[in-house]
Amino acid sequence: MKSRDTRINFSADAALHTRGESHFIDDAPLAEGLLYAAVLTSPEAHGKIKNLGTKEAQKVPGVRGLFTSEDIPGENQIGVIIPDEPLLAEDTVDYVGQPLALVVADSEEAAGKAVRAIQLEIEELPPVFDPRKAFDKGFLIVPPRIFSSGDVDSAWEECDVIVEGRAESGPQEHLYLETQGAHAFPLEDGGVKIISATQSPTGVQRAAARVLGLSLHKVEVEVLRLGGAFGGKEEQAVPWAAMAALGAFMSKKPVKLVLHRHEDMCLTGKRHPYSSDFKIGLKNNGEIIAYEITFFQNAGASADLSPSILGRTLFHTTGSYYIPNVRATGISCRTNLPPNTACRGFGGPQAMFVMEAAIFKAARALDVEPAVIQKKNLLKEGDQFHYGMRAHNCQALRCWEAVEKRYDCEKTRKRVEEFNAANPLIKKGLYFMPVCFGISFTNKTLNQAGALVHIYTDGSVSVSTGAVEMGQGVKVKIIQVASRVFSIPAHRIRIESTNTSKVANTSPTAASTGADLNGKAAELACRAIYMRLKKEAADELGKENPDEIEIRDEAVYYQGERTDITWNKLIQSMYQNRINLSAQAHYATPGLNFDKGREKGEPFAYHVFGTAITEVSLDCLRGTYEIDSVQVVHDGGTVLNELIDRGQAEGGIVQGIGWLTVEELLYSEDGRLLTESLSSYKVPDIYFAPEKIEVYFLPDSVNPMGIFNSKAIGEPPFMYGIGSYYALLSAMGAFRPERDFEISAPLTPEKVLLSLYG
Amino acid sequence: MPKTIRFILNDRDMQTSLPPGMVVLDFLRRDQRLTGTKEGCREGDCGACMVLLGELDGDDVRYQALNSCLLPLGDVRAKHLVSIEGLNHPGLNPIQQSIVDEGASQCGFCTPGFVVSLTGFFMDSRDMHIQEAVDEVAGNICRCTGYTSIRRAIASLIEQYAVKLKGFKDRIKSLVDLRFLPSYFLGIAPRLKHLKEMQAEAEAEEKPVLLVAGGTDLFVQKPDVILNEDIKFISSRKELSGINLSHNLCTIGCATPIEDLKNSPLLQKMFPRMSDNIGLIASAPIRRRATVGGNIVNASPIGDMIIFFLALDASLTISNGKNVRRVALKDFYKGYKDLDLHEGEILEYLSFPLPAEASLFNFEKVSRRRHLDIASVNSALYIQKQDGTIDHARLSAGGVAPVPLFLRRTSEYLSGKEITPAIIKEAVRRAGQEISPISDVRGTAAYKRLLLGQLIYAHFMTLFPGIKVEDLI
Repeated sequence: MKSRDTRINFSADAALHTRGESHFIDDAPLAEGLLYAAVLTSPEAHGKIKNLGTKEAQKVPGVRGLFTSEDIPGENQIGVIIPDEPLLAEDTVDYVGQPLALVVADSEEAAGKAVRAIQLEIEELPPVFDPRKAFDKGFLIVPPRIFSSGDVDSAWEECDVIVEGRAESGPQEHLYLETQGAHAFPLEDGGVKIISATQSPTGVQRAAARVLGLSLHKVEVEVLRLGGAFGGKEEQAVPWAAMAALGAFMSKKPVKLVLHRHEDMCLTGKRHPYSSDFKIGLKNNGEIIAYEITFFQNAGASADLSPSILGRTLFHTTGSYYIPNVRATGISCRTNLPPNTACRGFGGPQAMFVMEAAIFKAARALDVEPAVIQKKNLLKEGDQFHYGMRAHNCQALRCWEAVEKRYDCEKTRKRVEEFNAANPLIKKGLYFMPVCFGISFTNKTLNQAGALVHIYTDGSVSVSTGAVEMGQGVKVKIIQVASRVFSIPAHRIRIESTNTSKVANTSPTAASTGADLNGKAAELACRAIYMRLKKEAADELGKENPDEIEIRDEAVYYQGERTDITWNKLIQSMYQNRINLSAQAHYATPGLNFDKGREKGEPFAYHVFGTAITEVSLDCLRGTYEIDSVQVVHDGGTVLNELIDRGQAEGGIVQGIGWLTVEELLYSEDGRLLTESLSSYKVPDIYFAPEKIEVYFLPDSVNPMGIFNSKAIGEPPFMYGIGSYYALLSAMGAFRPERDFEISAPLTPEKVLLSLYG
Repeated sequence: MPKTIRFILNDRDMQTSLPPGMVVLDFLRRDQRLTGTKEGCREGDCGACMVLLGELDGDDVRYQALNSCLLPLGDVRAKHLVSIEGLNHPGLNPIQQSIVDEGASQCGFCTPGFVVSLTGFFMDSRDMHIQEAVDEVAGNICRCTGYTSIRRAIASLIEQYAVKLKGFKDRIKSLVDLRFLPSYFLGIAPRLKHLKEMQAEAEAEEKPVLLVAGGTDLFVQKPDVILNEDIKFISSRKELSGINLSHNLCTIGCATPIEDLKNSPLLQKMFPRMSDNIGLIASAPIRRRATVGGNIVNASPIGDMIIFFLALDASLTISNGKNVRRVALKDFYKGYKDLDLHEGEILEYLSFPLPAEASLFNFEKVSRRRHLDIASVNSALYIQKQDGTIDHARLSAGGVAPVPLFLRRTSEYLSGKEITPAIIKEAVRRAGQEISPISDVRGTAAYKRLLLGQLIYAHFMTLFPGIKVEDLI
């Protein structure tokens, strides 16, 4: 199994990466006559633009063009859900870092110098950064949205215990190691070609066409690969690509725009911070009867994907649990921060974090372990979510019980209790974290994909899809699909760059759906050619029924017997006989429907389940801690590539832990990002990441909605990281049993110490 | 400064007249268009730009992995600079293969940096311990894998090769035989010798202007300034590097890399926890460049080495080329980044009296992330005992004042006292009166105030294990 995967991996990108030969956006060969772009951004969080004087800047030697909103040939608008985001600010600025003007010049230095020479006067207006304050003032992105089931208001009467509280979760910088960037080339017919580091080639194409006033067929977007994305290159790759395109279109020269790290950190949006009020009601036996919650989402200055992200928060309000009476209100608040955006989990983690807060507090009120409440309320087969869908093929309890057994949790709990009794200053904490995550774009339209497959006359195969490779292994998975359908080795298959002229109208590679949607489209295209191959082979052999033909390991079999027709020979005959060796196919996820009026329906193709148990050690003298282990049983369906899925799970867990522990973004009072470099924003390093992460894939889980019965893997494991927060809180509780701690992530060593002694 | 810098880049002899203050990262990516070396942060915090630098050591060449974003071109003179491209040969080498096999590369942006760091480990490690290999990549950030697969790749490499690479002699040859390195590495030593001779002739004419030590702060703070300066590297003054004992005094050359302190048997004997303490400062590649003197003159109120040596009553030897003077480290800082150092003077040595027989020393550092992070608060305590009492004490703390702080009054209070919970608590109270922390990205003032108290407790609990926790907190 492993050696086979390794071979497949080798033919994709990993080998190139280890040799430093894979190209990222800043590595592409430089074009003749290339111009470098630099962007003037707002130093103020909110204000009126009084003067944008470009005269001096124009005179800087080497400057080839300087563009403001007035120079935009098309529409100055890149907002995708709501048209509320100009590419370059017009009359007002709404956050520190908002682009105001673009300079293209012969060198990076000249472009930078010109940007500094622009005279900018802004009349300050009062900014708002707190989502609750924005709500009070009525600054909303969209009207509030309410999901409900049962009858919450009367359900409180049935409850023995009711607990209320507030939970805060912080923003998270994606910190893809490759910063944002794009190259743009003017084309002879007035169009542009853009090489972009984006998860959404079609999104870039549409935005650039809109800004330049071009029709879509005059804008070609190509993506080779991304050096990490995590949602941060779904919408937010767009401005830089659109600006590069603007520069190239106006100057008729190729333009490169790649952000430096501190620019990237200051100018781009983050995972949304949420402030939430919750109320939970339970029976004495731990059964959850009612749950009411209001989410205040800090959207930043424009909509970006915030409404959609808020939607997923509402879908995942109850996490892995069945609760009969639910009312969840989502409020997307407009503030003067850079527009917050998609980030692994897409609003789901924020919801599950609060659900666990409610359970943690309820457990304290009932004087039981949180695990008692968690296990008792886990989703069972056929349980109805508050949005109407029922849990199908539900693996929640199986995963939980497999964790208990496989990792001997009873023994671990005893060991932790004994440790805590014996150690006054170091305390250990333990927490179960069950995850249930819905797979599909919640915007039904996006659940479609295309693929284009060619077989060349030497028998080698080219596959194009709309999927973008960003380290998640989608190229390898699609190679596996083609390799399996044609029964040829991986090295004969190449996954092409993602290009809007090869596969059009693509959905972003996001929502964990990349392999499912594009893999299914590739499978359909391969199967279409496969049918023709079988017919051709039958003809060659003088047989009537193509169904008795099979291709296995590059040879044609008839009725199970190997013939002397090889793959190469068959391809040659196809060509000689003028039979089409290419196929295009389209896949649309079946069965999705959701009624936004009633907020009920079946928004997901399926759910991914799993449970993690996390153990931590806390130094109660210094407030420092270590995440000792995370042990998981994960439902990956019939796992398509264990090496890749394990890597996605491990990486997701550590990123999730980072979000809740050490990754802290701090802003000045006037809205400037203070933690704008890797020396002040700390992500997990090899020492901080748990040394022990074990991921066991649940056996005997099938999923016909996924590619070859597998399940999507990108996002769900991120939420296992939530366990680290509550494990730490448990350890703090072991040191200060009398204290009821605030729920406010990230739980930095500072917050730990102030909570223990403050 | 000689206009031409000669060195070997991978297997090519190079000469360039680019500014010596240009960082190697820019030279590789922009000038040479060798794009395997990635730019991730330009401040030594991610490791995506790691290169190897080989230097003659007798007849051998000794290699170290360094961050190319902080490595000036002028400092590769007469050395062997190796980028990821220089490690490739047809097919994958064992490190590359192991990373592929274990799925230890996802998006791949950090991967060349890991390959280079691990190659540095196999070239320079004597013991081949897994923990040492992990420490070698501790300056490499990966956002995709969570490091688990990287740990697996390291474990598998050590399992396969530790025995085959036993013994340090002829390491390069062994690594060439095992296909870790391309064969051109075997011919580097004589080529470097030749370059060294040429350099000696050229150096006779140089006129230095700006002196640079390791540059690990300077190249983060002022890269543009340095690019246009005529610079000279303190590292070229070999006599300023090293750790020596004489007349009850330990003297450390200011150009001594911090990593040398970590590995010094002399210091380890005096301070058994020294290696662990210094392990919390930056990352191995940064510690190889960063110097003791650099940390002192950078004058960060939170500088780890300063806090360490403040408690040891260290003093500095300062010279302007004609006159030499000495100043106590605690008097060296006059205000925020304001030093008792005049135009034309350089720091030559740091020295401190050898700790007395009955003395105890402890260093504490707390940062948001334990490794490769700047402290929120750090502190050191030196205690000389006499029968169950404190003969005298010296307490220092960083992050709690505009300067690295020697807590004079608290130290004086402790001297002559018996060690009791009440005395320790009073010391914490008095320390609180000596400090003036501010809120910044390293923490709020309230936190730093609380944390220093905790670290003082930690000093005593570490040095006097008999103290009961419940009596203190």
